[in-house]
Amino acid sequence: MRYLPLTSADRREMLAVIGAPSVDALFEDVPAAARRDGLVDLPLHQGELEVERTLSRLAARNTPAGSVPFFCGAGAYRHHVPASVDHLIQRSEFLTAYTPYQPEIAQGTLQAMFEFQTQVAALTGMEVANASMYDGSTAAAEAVLMAMRVTRRRKAVLSPGLHPHYADTIWSLAHAAGGRIERLPLAVDAEARVLESLDDQTACVVVQTPNLFGTASDFTALAEAVHEKGALLVVVVTEALSLGLVKSPGEMGADIVAAEGQSIGNGLNFGGPYVGLFATRERYVRQMPGRLCGQTVDADGRRGFVLTLSTREQHIRREKATSNICTNSGLCALAFSIHLSLLGQAGLEKLALLNHQAARRLKAAVEALPGVEVLTPRFFNEIAVRLPRPAAALTEALAAKGVLAGVPVSRLDPDAGLDEVLLMAATETTTEDDIGRLAAALKEALA
Amino acid sequence: MLFTKDHEWVALDGDVATVGITRFAAEQLGDVVYVELPEVGRRVARGEGFAVVESVKAASDVYAPLSGEVIAVNGALAGAPDTVNADAEGAGWFAKLRVSDPAEFEGLMDKPAYDALIAEG
Repeated sequence: MRYLPLTSADRREMLAVIGAPSVDALFEDVPAAARRDGLVDLPLHQGELEVERTLSRLAARNTPAGSVPFFCGAGAYRHHVPASVDHLIQRSEFLTAYTPYQPEIAQGTLQAMFEFQTQVAALTGMEVANASMYDGSTAAAEAVLMAMRVTRRRKAVLSPGLHPHYADTIWSLAHAAGGRIERLPLAVDAEARVLESLDDQTACVVVQTPNLFGTASDFTALAEAVHEKGALLVVVVTEALSLGLVKSPGEMGADIVAAEGQSIGNGLNFGGPYVGLFATRERYVRQMPGRLCGQTVDADGRRGFVLTLSTREQHIRREKATSNICTNSGLCALAFSIHLSLLGQAGLEKLALLNHQAARRLKAAVEALPGVEVLTPRFFNEIAVRLPRPAAALTEALAAKGVLAGVPVSRLDPDAGLDEVLLMAATETTTEDDIGRLAAALKEALA
Repeated sequence: MLFTKDHEWVALDGDVATVGITRFAAEQLGDVVYVELPEVGRRVARGEGFAVVESVKAASDVYAPLSGEVIAVNGALAGAPDTVNADAEGAGWFAKLRVSDPAEFEGLMDKPAYDALIAEG
């Protein structure tokens, strides 16, 4: 069988039918500035061995997170994933990225999704959860769209602690759907500022805990204020592991929880694929986006699983669907569920505690350095520090010395006026030696 | 009782219109499992989607046959959505509207006209 689908003769024949002189002519309407002239500078072909050599050489230019003291977080966290997780998700019965298209025949996959939903609901303290979204940021955007449907209002207020990438994603998906997105400037511990923008046109207020700067907050009072105006409270969680230790968004009165589940069972994966967690109150279930698995009984009374409430979805409701998402992050969600099942409640709490203890050691080490100020008042496993010099250049210098010190805020939002602020995370993978090497390198760089 | 081409029925009593979906519509939808009703006090324009009826095989918008304000909804449908199948043009009513423009009555069909419409298919 030929590997390449089209021959030159095939192309000529097709072009003749539509009356175009060349394939390039089909792209004339794309502005010249947006087109690429000629071929990409790559060899046209190479043998497998050469390709492997070339790619290995390229890969060696990366600094893998596990190879150096690593303090980067800001929405993507390096955690230990037990080998058993990878082993189990690679079983052929499970190995698919998607919800199955003939779902009820795959009872095992559906049961895994059902257990996943149960875990997400328990972890977030909510009543219902879907079978997962693409990632935390798209889950947050879907939460805003859902709040607009529920309240029939258009305004969303984004808190000063929300991750800028989440705010960007919310804007991208919601503004074209008629949403008015009010994005407050970044600040370490200023969630209360959302109250100044809250009015009776507000569909929802979006807050994050721990927020971009690592600040953990209790939004119970805020939830009451938001509900008084008839709006919904959307709580974003970018570090799902924090839910093992802090009060759940459900207990705080959240209406929708949008979270990133990568921390549990999933590697950094170069930024994706990740797994978005989405949970809400039962009374809003018909406005919820995404796939939903339900438990039922068959004609003989035996327990079985089905995809349910599908009439919300695109393949049935067309343009009136609650979302254009007709899938889930199947494999990442499975990894999440397996890891969480292996941990159990006590294991989750212990793992979360290890993270917090590592961050406390990190805090003690960096605040002992002259000119370094820790800004985060209450934290889980991540802190924001103010350095005496711009953080971007300093982290580059430290990276050259084999220490990945964290994520400069300027990299996420260059206009925030927080050039000296560095976000630093510690997890159960962080050793005393890592912290010692970080402190030494930072001290030397600042001297 | 008057009808729309979108298969809603309207029963007028002064300026109050009781609205539901027709028996034909309910038969076509199959078993109704959920009805989403508008909030009392909401102002709707003729042709605007103001309720959703969901069956085991589809979810459909229900359009306001007349412009006006929603003054009552059939809360009993929340617990017993199958009332729509059992008695679509009676106990299965959706909402009552206080009609703002009686001239819109002209756009509605009488029963023979509606029956002719569904006979056409």
